[in-house]
Amino acid sequence: MAIVYEKSKGLTDVEMHYCPGCHHGIIHKLVAESLVELGLLDEAIGVCPVGCSVFAFKYFSCDMQEAAHGRAPAVATGIKRTHPNQAVFTYQGDGDLASIGAGEIVHAAMRGEKFTTIFINNAIYGMTGGQMAPTTLIGQKASTCPTGRTVEQAGMPIRVSEMLATLDGCVYAERVCVTDMANLNKAKRAIKKAFEKQMRNEGFTFVEVLSTCPTNWGMTPLKANEWLKNEMAAYYPLGVIKDISAEVK
Amino acid sequence: MAKELWKGNEAIAEAAIRAGCDCYFGYPITPQSEVPEYMSAHMPKHGRIFVQAESELAAINMVYGAAGCGMRAMTSSSSPGISLKQEGISYLIGSEIPAVIVNCMRGGPGLGTIQPGQSDYYQATRGGGNGDYRTVVLSPANIQEAVDYVQEAFDIADQYRNPVMVVMDGMIGQMMEPIEWREIPKRNLPSKDSWATTGRKGRAEHNTLNSLYIEPELCDVHNQNLSRKFAEMEKNEVRWEEIRCDDAEIVITAYGTPARIALTAIEVLRSEGIKVGLFRPITLWPFPEKALHELAGKDHVKAILDVEMSSTGQMIDDIRLGVEGQKPISFLGRAGGVIPTVEEMVEAVKNTLKEVQ
Amino acid sequence: MKKSIIISGFGGQGALAIGKNLAEAGMTEGLYVTWAPSYGPEMRGGTANCSVVLSDEPIGSPVFNTSTELIALNEPSLAKFESGVLPGGTVFVNSNVISEKIHRDDLTAYYIPCNTIALEIGNEKVANMVMLGAYVAATGAVKPETIETMIQEMFAGAKAKFIPLNIEAFHRGMACIG
Repeated sequence: MAIVYEKSKGLTDVEMHYCPGCHHGIIHKLVAESLVELGLLDEAIGVCPVGCSVFAFKYFSCDMQEAAHGRAPAVATGIKRTHPNQAVFTYQGDGDLASIGAGEIVHAAMRGEKFTTIFINNAIYGMTGGQMAPTTLIGQKASTCPTGRTVEQAGMPIRVSEMLATLDGCVYAERVCVTDMANLNKAKRAIKKAFEKQMRNEGFTFVEVLSTCPTNWGMTPLKANEWLKNEMAAYYPLGVIKDISAEVK
Repeated sequence: MAKELWKGNEAIAEAAIRAGCDCYFGYPITPQSEVPEYMSAHMPKHGRIFVQAESELAAINMVYGAAGCGMRAMTSSSSPGISLKQEGISYLIGSEIPAVIVNCMRGGPGLGTIQPGQSDYYQATRGGGNGDYRTVVLSPANIQEAVDYVQEAFDIADQYRNPVMVVMDGMIGQMMEPIEWREIPKRNLPSKDSWATTGRKGRAEHNTLNSLYIEPELCDVHNQNLSRKFAEMEKNEVRWEEIRCDDAEIVITAYGTPARIALTAIEVLRSEGIKVGLFRPITLWPFPEKALHELAGKDHVKAILDVEMSSTGQMIDDIRLGVEGQKPISFLGRAGGVIPTVEEMVEAVKNTLKEVQ
Repeated sequence: MKKSIIISGFGGQGALAIGKNLAEAGMTEGLYVTWAPSYGPEMRGGTANCSVVLSDEPIGSPVFNTSTELIALNEPSLAKFESGVLPGGTVFVNSNVISEKIHRDDLTAYYIPCNTIALEIGNEKVANMVMLGAYVAATGAVKPETIETMIQEMFAGAKAKFIPLNIEAFHRGMACIG
């Protein structure tokens, strides 16, 4: 019998704990496939965050470190500086990266650390039960803004890709999503491109993946996909935010 | 070997390089800034890594990442900066990652003062981060010890897969003294292959480093394993020094700079016929509790005088645990960067003696 | 032999360097030595002092309230540290900067016009070497040859042209002590 589909060798056999309709599993697969296809799996060292993907160290089959909340970019700096020829990545959610770890990600990008960050933006704190994130949209309800986020109370949501793109050390920032096959393929291309650029020592590379959280958004997975495309993508536009190739530099 | 005159902070940086420190991550703060300065100039010459981190928090996490790959990693700071590293220290222990952390202590609380202090004793020995944990805490009283202990700290860390702290007050960091570069005792160190995240490179299983054990039963087992390790450290690593205690009626307990000042005070007092000695813990954890207990139990010892650069006294708790009420304990503490003087110590010994006579 | 020396002046006058030179020379001669600086937020222009101990026995405290000698390079230093000099001790005063005399009569004082001498031989920067010469000649704490060798090592290579200047400053300082 011909094999038509196979689980990526970049993932272990451990059963994932993600909720139905959550995009983490898909994004894990894209990262894992990218590492395998680029021949980097055996060399790769990943860092996972605190948040829903806290157990990602069990799911990726490469060597992995679990970091303290928000500190993955600092941890990855320590790894990459001492292992400059190996693929290093952080996989972080929006609470981890854009809130408690805002300092670490900005400075890693400023220094042009040659690792790749996969940033999962689902506009909410998932693991702790649906509290407001720095990326929560205006009007969006969360357990710490039960009547919806207001500008007066919490300011406008942060567009991390655009912010990091202002730093010279960041050579690549793209925002993608995985709501349908076309976007999923784009997301995979972005992730692969980020790793390729990393391996060419171009600088800091960043892929923001807009993602759903049906459980905490209180939606069905399909409804969540629609909301992502209509509401989130309106505030967080998809596409390449910054791409400086080594030749141009 | 010829003696060389070294400033404490530069000496410990050089000591780390000689101990094979692969990478140093730091952040400026007085009175330890000479450490990152020296490292920035000398690590690259040896093909090693220096990064000035954006914060102490980032620095300790860079240590986590690099040491997690099996590198010999170090960070240093002074008291307020060490407070920021507590999270990282707790995670290093939870994930069983060896590393060396130097605290060149200044006075507190808060910003306190940039002058020497010893008010971080609790933080170092009780653990300033969350969770049940211990680190071996070495406290040099001169620069020779500082360079020896920093070198040994890397070995101790590797032996137990646990971070090691070296705490020295700002005076030791700032002063100069002759030292010799001497061999430190060799240890039989375990391989890091079974856990270091170096990339699989053909290895059958992936290595993962993690401090999260979500199942209570598993987290309990993890904690029991750690505490067995701490017990091993307690058994093997305790160090102290007793000076002129053989006939001492008053025993001064002190570490770091106050212990050196005690040596001069002892000379003055002995020349006046007062029998006084010094009990100096070298490892603040494990604390030399048994040795102190034995000493305090001797008939010739009438009282203990604890001297610290701390207003409340912090080590005094361990002194009390060691002495266990056998003899009275008095206390001389100066804080805020004030170093107790020989004269103050002499007077305190005389007062202590008066009280027991 | 045990010398407890305070060297104090404005930042940039070379107080810390004089102390370091003494400690280095003492170490070379096999003495136990310590050098402890005052350190503060001011990087330039503030007062700077250091405590140096030279001893033939191991040194306990590197800091002390009473000194055997004081080298005062400015008036605030003399005002602050004269009272702490042990009876029979010695005070070295840079008389170009300090116009007053010492206040106690149980001390020996040497008034050294360090800057005038340094300018005479061509560079005011060696004023501290003049003071070091005076100290060594008056106390005999270390041998002059040790300092001379140290100067030669200190200015090895590209800086060798500074050796004669510093040696001369050191000798002129020694000559101030009758």
